[in-house]
Amino acid sequence: MHIPDGFLDTKTIVATSLFSLAGLGKALRSLSREMTSRKIPLMGLAAAFVFVAQMLNFPVVGGTSGHLLGAVLISVLAGMNAGIVIISLILVVQAFLFADGGILALGANIFNMAIVGSVIGTAMYRGIRLIAPGRWGFYVGVAAAAWCSTVVAAICCAGQLAWSGTVAWGIGFPAMAGIHMLIGIGEAVITAIVLAAVTATRPDLLSGRGPEDGNAAPLKPLGNAVVYGAIVVAGLALFVSPFSSRWPDGLEKVAARFGFDTARLSAPLMASPLAEYRMPGIGLVSVSTALAGTVGAAVVSVAAVIVVRAISRKSAKTS
Amino acid sequence: MHPDFIDRYSRNNSPIHRMPAGVKCSAALLLVACILVSPWTLTGASPALFVLLVGTALGAGIPPGFLFRRILGAGFILALLSVLILLQPGGVEKFFTILIKSILSLTTAVLLANTTPFSEVISLLKRIRLPAVLVTVLALMYRYIFVLFDEMGRMKRARESRSFGIGHARRWHLLGTVLARLFIRSTDRAERIYAAMCARGWDA
Repeated sequence: MHIPDGFLDTKTIVATSLFSLAGLGKALRSLSREMTSRKIPLMGLAAAFVFVAQMLNFPVVGGTSGHLLGAVLISVLAGMNAGIVIISLILVVQAFLFADGGILALGANIFNMAIVGSVIGTAMYRGIRLIAPGRWGFYVGVAAAAWCSTVVAAICCAGQLAWSGTVAWGIGFPAMAGIHMLIGIGEAVITAIVLAAVTATRPDLLSGRGPEDGNAAPLKPLGNAVVYGAIVVAGLALFVSPFSSRWPDGLEKVAARFGFDTARLSAPLMASPLAEYRMPGIGLVSVSTALAGTVGAAVVSVAAVIVVRAISRKSAKTS
Repeated sequence: MHPDFIDRYSRNNSPIHRMPAGVKCSAALLLVACILVSPWTLTGASPALFVLLVGTALGAGIPPGFLFRRILGAGFILALLSVLILLQPGGVEKFFTILIKSILSLTTAVLLANTTPFSEVISLLKRIRLPAVLVTVLALMYRYIFVLFDEMGRMKRARESRSFGIGHARRWHLLGTVLARLFIRSTDRAERIYAAMCARGWDA
C-alpha cells in the first residue's frame, strides 16, 4: 500500500507529514532514553533484515502476491519504538532508491505503515497478552495484531486518498480493506511462524517477551501510551472518520454510474446499534463520528479478547 | 538478481553524477512538488518534461529501458489505484492527470537514485543535522541490505539442494523458518559488527 506521488493533494501531504514527524520524533526520544550504543548496529541490521524480508512475496488468491509489512514482527522482536524507527527508515530507502512509494507521499506512508501499523499492532498484542498470557495467547495475539495492523493501515490509506479527492471512499475503502484483509492473513501466518521459529532456536533473543514469559514485559510509562494513542487517534479521526458514515453515498454513486436501481440500495444494508455511526445527542458531527468510531473499536476489541480467552482456555485444558 | 540491484547506475561517472548531492536532491524535490501542484491535464508541458527527464538519464548514461523497468516495477499499486479512480463518475480525466503526474514523479525519483550515490545522501542528511542515531542506522541498513540479500541467496540455494522442490503447504513454513534464521544470523552479525566498530574506536 505504498502510495505513489500524484495521488495525494497538498493539504493531505502537509497533514500526514506533520503527523509522522510527531510520531517519529516521539519514537526517537523514547528510544534515546532506552538506547545503548550496542543497540545501534542491531537496529541497522534489523532494518536490513525487514527490508530483505519485504522482498519475499507470498501468494494471495488469484495470482496476486503480497509481501510482509513487518511492523508487528519487528515491534515484538525489538520493541515498538525501535519498530517505528526501523519501518520508517525502510520506507525512506524504498522511496528514494526503489521509487516504491512517493517522495512527497512519504509522510502518509510512514504514518500508515510505520506509526499506525506498529502502534495499533502493539496495542492489540498487549491487550490480548494481558488477558491470555499463555503460549497460545502469544501466538493468537501476534497473529491478530499483524492482521489488524495491515488492515487498519490500508483503511487509513483509503481515508487519505478520499480526503485528497483522488479515490472516493465508497470505492477505495472496500477495495483497499478487502485486499488487505487477504494480505493480512499472510502477514499474520508468517509473523507467527517466524516468532515461533526464533523462540524454538534462540529464546534468549526474546528474553522477557517470549511466549513462555507470560506478561513479564513491564508496562511502559503511561505517558508513552497516551502520546502514541493521541497521535494515532487524531490521525484516524482526521483521515478516516469523516468518511465512515458516508460510504453508502459512494455506493449509490457507483450504482448510478452503472445504472442500477438506486432505490433498491437506499435501504440500510445492515441495521446497527450505532446507526449511521453517530452518537445521539452530540451536536458536532465530526466529533460524534469519531466518538462512535472509538466506541465501535472498543466493542470489537473486547469481543476479540473474549474469543481469544475462550480459545486459550480450551487449549490449556487439552494440552 | 543482480547484486547491485538497487541503484545500479549511481556510481557512473558523468557531469550529472559529479554534481553535489544537495543540488540534485533539492532539484528533485522541487520538481516533484511543482508536478504535484500544477493543474495540467494533457497539455504540452508534461511531454516536454518527460523528454527532459529521459534526456537527463541518457546524459548520465542510464539506459531508458532501465527507467522503464523501474516504472513498471511500481506498476501494481499504480494500476490498482488507477482502476479505482476510473470506477468513479468523471474519473477518466482525473485518471490521466494523476497517472501522468505520478509517472513523472516516479521517473524523477528513479533518476535521483541512479545519479546520486546513497553515501552522499547520507552525508547530506548528517549535514542538515538529522538525529545521529537515525543517520547511523540508515547507513548501516543500506550497507547490510546487500549482505543479507546474499546471505538469503545462500540459504535458499542450500535449501533447494537438500529438498528437490517442495509442496505448497510447506512453503509457508519454509518462508517463516528461513526468515527466522535470517533474523538470528542478523543479530549475531550485529554483535560482531559492534565489536569491530568498538575496536576501531567508534563512539556513538
